[in-house]
Amino acid sequence: MSVAALFPSRLRFGDWLETTAAWLLALLWIAPLAYAFWAAFHPSEYSTRFDLTAPLTLTNFTDALSQAPFARYMVNTFLLVTMLLAAQFILCTLAAFAFARFEFWGRDAAFALVLVQLMITPEILIVENYATLAGVGLIDTILGIGLPYMASAFGIFLLRQAFKTTPRELEEAARVEGCGWFGVLWRIYIPIAKPTYLAYGLVSVSHHWNNFLWPLVVTNSVETRPLTVGLAIFGAPESGVDWSIISAATLLSVSPLLIAFLLFQRQFIQSFMHAGIK
Amino acid sequence: MRPDSVRANTLHHVYGWLLLMPAAILLIAFTHYPTVATLINSLFSKGNIVRPSRFIGLGNYEAMLDDPIFWKAFGNNIWFAAGTIPTSMILAIAMALLVNRALPGRGFLRMAYFTPTILPMIAVANIWLFFYTPEIGLIDQILETVGLQGKNWLGDPDTVLGALIVMTIWKEAGFFMIFYLAALQNISPELNDAARLEGASRWTYFRRVLFPLLMPTTLFVAINALLNSFKLVDHLFILTKGGPDNASNLLLYYIFESAFSFLDATYAATLTMVLLALLAILAIGQFVILDKRIHYR
Repeated sequence: MSVAALFPSRLRFGDWLETTAAWLLALLWIAPLAYAFWAAFHPSEYSTRFDLTAPLTLTNFTDALSQAPFARYMVNTFLLVTMLLAAQFILCTLAAFAFARFEFWGRDAAFALVLVQLMITPEILIVENYATLAGVGLIDTILGIGLPYMASAFGIFLLRQAFKTTPRELEEAARVEGCGWFGVLWRIYIPIAKPTYLAYGLVSVSHHWNNFLWPLVVTNSVETRPLTVGLAIFGAPESGVDWSIISAATLLSVSPLLIAFLLFQRQFIQSFMHAGIK
Repeated sequence: MRPDSVRANTLHHVYGWLLLMPAAILLIAFTHYPTVATLINSLFSKGNIVRPSRFIGLGNYEAMLDDPIFWKAFGNNIWFAAGTIPTSMILAIAMALLVNRALPGRGFLRMAYFTPTILPMIAVANIWLFFYTPEIGLIDQILETVGLQGKNWLGDPDTVLGALIVMTIWKEAGFFMIFYLAALQNISPELNDAARLEGASRWTYFRRVLFPLLMPTTLFVAINALLNSFKLVDHLFILTKGGPDNASNLLLYYIFESAFSFLDATYAATLTMVLLALLAILAIGQFVILDKRIHYR
């Protein structure tokens, strides 16, 4: 009887221990970001003095905005991810539809060649791709940053999976109604694959909002530089900028994506899961 | 076959290729062509005004094998992978197990673990730079208050790689967590009940039941983490520039330096071939393992 009485309380103690561990780990994990918030919203003399009565200020943000064209960088990043996503959706939809619904010569070989890009992503080939872009005069353009990523093997792969699992009966029903190939794609396949588009879209936008190496190589002016490259130049130690201002600039750069993530947490996490597993 | 259906079939081939065409052109231009061009360029000497580039066979590769910086960067890549991947995967499993159950503030916990994943590496490096800065940095200030001597974490060849590894673990563990979460959600809770009835401790249940069931996820995450570890160099631009004395240099960063700082495109091509070979080996490994996984199911 004493054992039976002990067992639940021991379980509760274990639960309590795990909850505490989970919370400690979470606080440790959020601490660096919380610290960036602290530094950004307080005068620089408080950047390492954690005094709860320290005055709040927005001057770090206004200073950052006046010292570097972050608004322009943000526009560039926004244009980049929008253009890229639109191009990826169109190109990947067409290619995925071909792979899923058409028997054509060399289909399997072509698909294998597409999958190569899953391993050899464009940033590994920066040297040759830079030469190619220079050859067509697209260095230092937003189109040039996006071009190597537009035909995305990952997008083609995900959409092909989605199209393949769409029931054929729906397609046949649409054909009876008189739909051609494009009608079938537009009315049946694309609407059914909506969750895949959402998942791929979120993963693609987060990836390209944060991408750095290739944009760094391609851009060299304020008019084309995305946020990550602008932030890297701004935050370089030799630039001698105040720490609190760098924190403010860092938060400015991540805020659109961070806010979107906090608002649509479930969709983000599910999209990353969905995209990773297939 | 009726002529009608033969024509329909031919049209299928044509349609298929037409739909594929736009993506195929871009893929060839930015993936297949540059891969082949890299191989060819790696066989030529660095050209200059006086002496144009000429075919030298494996000359660049011989030079690479004698290049201590290449070996340093290659070794660093191995250490970087060995330092980040197992630890972040263990943390990822722990995080997934913790938030897979009902507990107070589960939504917040999951968000806290996952948030570093959506930050760009540049922003992460900016934040951590201040932690590691000597004297005025946060770590040194905390050490000072407890009476310990701080140090130049990023300026010392002995600590720089470790400092980068800690930061990368922080950035990646939450990302790997979601794959374990997805896998855990597919494991029937009845297994747990059965183990409890048998009197198995939670640790035994984890070791004997959960961990083996999570094995496919572990392999998947491990290979992808390894692939990523070769592609992840953004933080070097902010934190160390590969220094001090190449103590934190990584292959892809060395490729960037060779091409755009030392303007030696053919040597950069040679280094790229090494990276391509490594990725190809990993790709084949993944293929074999995923193949096994299908048989196993």
